Amino acid sequence: MSKLHFPRKSIVLDMTAMCDVAFLLLTFFMLATQFKPDEPVVVDTPSSVSEIKLPESDVLLITINEAGAVFFGIDNQRTRAELVTAMADKYQVSLTEDEKHVFELTSAIGVPMGNLKEFLSGGLGEVRTEDLPGVPVDSTQNELRDWIDLSRRLNDQVPRVAIKGDIDVDYGRVKRVIATLQQLNINRFNLITTLEAPPEAGDSSRS
Amino acid sequence: MADAPVQQNTGGKGALKQGVKKTSTRIDMTPMVDLAFLLITFFMLTTTLSKPQTMEITMPDKTVNPDDVMKVKESRTVTVVLGENDRIYFYQGVTDEEPEVGVTNYAADGIRAVLLEKKQSIGQVPNAETGKMVDGIIVIIKAQETARYKNMVDILDEMSITDIGTYAVVDITPGDLELIADADAFAAAAQAGSSQP
Repeated sequence: MSKLHFPRKSIVLDMTAMCDVAFLLLTFFMLATQFKPDEPVVVDTPSSVSEIKLPESDVLLITINEAGAVFFGIDNQRTRAELVTAMADKYQVSLTEDEKHVFELTSAIGVPMGNLKEFLSGGLGEVRTEDLPGVPVDSTQNELRDWIDLSRRLNDQVPRVAIKGDIDVDYGRVKRVIATLQQLNINRFNLITTLEAPPEAGDSSRS
Repeated sequence: MADAPVQQNTGGKGALKQGVKKTSTRIDMTPMVDLAFLLITFFMLTTTLSKPQTMEITMPDKTVNPDDVMKVKESRTVTVVLGENDRIYFYQGVTDEEPEVGVTNYAADGIRAVLLEKKQSIGQVPNAETGKMVDGIIVIIKAQETARYKNMVDILDEMSITDIGTYAVVDITPGDLELIADADAFAAAAQAGSSQP
């Protein structure tokens, strides 16, 4: 009886320890994962063979959509809070605490300062981003410059500037953004692309 | 005394019962572990995949006085002008000398072949500081306002594919616009000439 019982018991593995480890790892990965940030602006990025990854935090993202509208965003929420106050002071726009809070939760700003109050009081997700005019980047009224300048000063670390442009946007629009960056003496920045396989010998499939 | 063995007996019975219970409470953890590892796999894969790809670009510093910049031989420079409708104009040398302007496209046998050929023909020159032999080609990238953003990314890509380390993105000049307008007019005339007979 006992002889029959003994080998039967030995093949049942105690999974508790393994389960512990598995869930420990699971917890680690769940907490460490940064989910894809919600993309407020739909942009089709060009492909490139470059395999450099964007840093995880402290990224100042400038998005240019197909229509050429420029959107500004910074990933650090604490910086956003200070930034909106500083920008509101600079442009003398009075914002309520609620509106500032909405700004903290908005990942991309695509309106001139004159319309900022209207945009923020409208609540989140009510306006289609395709219809937004974008941040002005003209030589006469360059608000993007102030956004970048102030956020670089307010952020704890100097943020990495990344430009995410649409495939079909005119280079002239991108050039104005780059010229703005150069004015601020930012000469190194990243262009966000999607991965493309490096070309093989004799490969001619490139549009 | 008489109670003692009875108690012992019940105690023994209790122990036996407990033993039975013990084996029944042991649950099979295998599916749970399976699930945990499945989720781990999912999270591991999503973390690595969500980071976007980027290419780094360095623009010339505008605060540097142009007179302080090291001069290079003009014949070493290849200017690439990104035009409308995915066309590329290229020439070697400077605009003032009316260089021969070629037109090509973004296909592998287009600009890539041109760049590799130019790189070969310009050859290597010794580095001014170290004296080591380096590629002599210098590519100047200019883009028309109406060029697509994709064109710019593609040409920067070609720089890394053809392994050209010395390149600069600069603004287009009126001289370049004239050159490409001439090249277009020449191409149109050639096409008209070939279609006539």
